[in-house]
Amino acid sequence: MMKILYSLIILLSVLTSANSATARELSVDLSEDVVQITAGFDGSELLLFGAADGMADIVVIVRGPIRDELVRRQERVMGVWANGAEVTFENVPSYYFIASNRPFEEFIPQEIARERQIGYQEMILTPKDDIAKAALDDATLGTFRDALIRVKQDHGLYGKKAGNVHFIGDNLFRTQLRFPNNIPVGQYAVDVFVFRDGRIADEHTTILGVQKFGMEAEVYDFAHRHALPYGVLAILLAAMAGWFANIIFRKG
Amino acid sequence: MHIYLPIAEISVNIFLILGLGGGVGFLSGVFGVGGGFLMTPLLIFIGIPPAVAVATEANQIVASSVSGVLAHWKRGNVDFKMGFALLFGGVIGSSVGVWLFALLRGLGQLDLVIKLSYVVFLGIIGFLMLIESINAMRRSRNHAPPKRRAHTWMHGLPFKMRFRRSRLYISALLPISIGILVGLLAAIMGVGGGFVMVPAMIYLLGMPTAVVVGTSLFQIIFVTANVTVLQAVNTQTVDVVLALLLLSGGVVGAQVGARVGVKLKGEQLRGLLALMVLIVCAKISYDLMVTPAELFTLGRGGH
Repeated sequence: MMKILYSLIILLSVLTSANSATARELSVDLSEDVVQITAGFDGSELLLFGAADGMADIVVIVRGPIRDELVRRQERVMGVWANGAEVTFENVPSYYFIASNRPFEEFIPQEIARERQIGYQEMILTPKDDIAKAALDDATLGTFRDALIRVKQDHGLYGKKAGNVHFIGDNLFRTQLRFPNNIPVGQYAVDVFVFRDGRIADEHTTILGVQKFGMEAEVYDFAHRHALPYGVLAILLAAMAGWFANIIFRKG
Repeated sequence: MHIYLPIAEISVNIFLILGLGGGVGFLSGVFGVGGGFLMTPLLIFIGIPPAVAVATEANQIVASSVSGVLAHWKRGNVDFKMGFALLFGGVIGSSVGVWLFALLRGLGQLDLVIKLSYVVFLGIIGFLMLIESINAMRRSRNHAPPKRRAHTWMHGLPFKMRFRRSRLYISALLPISIGILVGLLAAIMGVGGGFVMVPAMIYLLGMPTAVVVGTSLFQIIFVTANVTVLQAVNTQTVDVVLALLLLSGGVVGAQVGARVGVKLKGEQLRGLLALMVLIVCAKISYDLMVTPAELFTLGRGGH
């Protein structure tokens, strides 16, 4: 119920800002500006609302924080499958999702798609070190690149297919953003592009934070900042639990 | 109902974890083993990262061993002197093991080594236990007297010590070596190592069966505690939330299991345990050999 109410408020605020803002033709808002990972977290859904002037095509892209990603190929060694060749790609978005009102290939020229890295086809994935680049031919590198995207899709971190942007009336649009329960924490960039006549008419970037909250954040911080006390505490907890169990069941 | 595990960084069904803890706890109660060799593969199977599964399971075993050793201690079934000798080796072995663990993780071969260790050790122990229990069942039918232990090269080793409660006069090098091996396994496989140590104590050292379990549990507490702290410091892979969930299911299951266990005969128990060990071994070997559906895996790159 609260969610619906909140969505309505956003919708209204987007509407009013769209009317008042004459300089910009695009305004965007999210139903929440932070994804909170709490103890009960099991994935999350957000709504993105926007308003654009007149008839246009809309593309929404969400990218997670970039990091190096190591791709390993399983190879058969003496009858068992072991990790064989590996390639580390740098500056890989940890999360990637794209949505548009119609298939974006239909209205985005290839050079713009390449420049803005819209779609998996145009995503720039480069090996981290020159040794890997020199040792592998383009075809092999291509299979590692495809594998990276495929495995990310299997993990639910890259959208398997593009999402839908729905128009409400002539210039209001909304789309649903889904975040699975294994999303990495960090700053996410939500880019909205307005396309008209094969060029970008307007664009807008919103930053979305994905953070651990409450007990989850505290345990993680403690484990990383004070590793030794954390380890000692972990065994004390376990020893006490074992001792308690012994007392309870001896009497029972 | 889901709960987000702060270190594993995934969300799991709380009842699935409690159920796993309870189920493995039940089996460990019935058979008197720690159950790490079942729990760690199961955790990996439900999607817990292998490194987190191994380190967290070590933490959980601390709890189940404390609970177990208190019961044995009251009956005077812990040979502390033997326990300390095993522990001395265990601390060396587990420290080397954690270092090896980090090294293999860097090389990208950790998962393979974990699985291969499972296949080799579960295969050998399961097979030996099965043969032994079949022989024992035959013997009990034929009422043949058990063989007396013969003098071997092991009795010629230096640093002899008297272990009163175990009624043994043997070289301290023997329990220390067993401790080193078990410590290594604890660090790499995420097990207590009872399934290796108990047969070694009975067949290699010739300890009386009554003190074997209590003494091995005593050693396991400190070796797994050492592994927990070292993993927490070196790899930050100990998930206390996961450990607490597992052990709360585990203690209940273990108590129920222990009540069922007393109704079964010793050699029947060992035969059933052997079968279970061999099934886990066969499953892991099969997974290693069958062509995976996805040939590529992802890992975090260097920074």
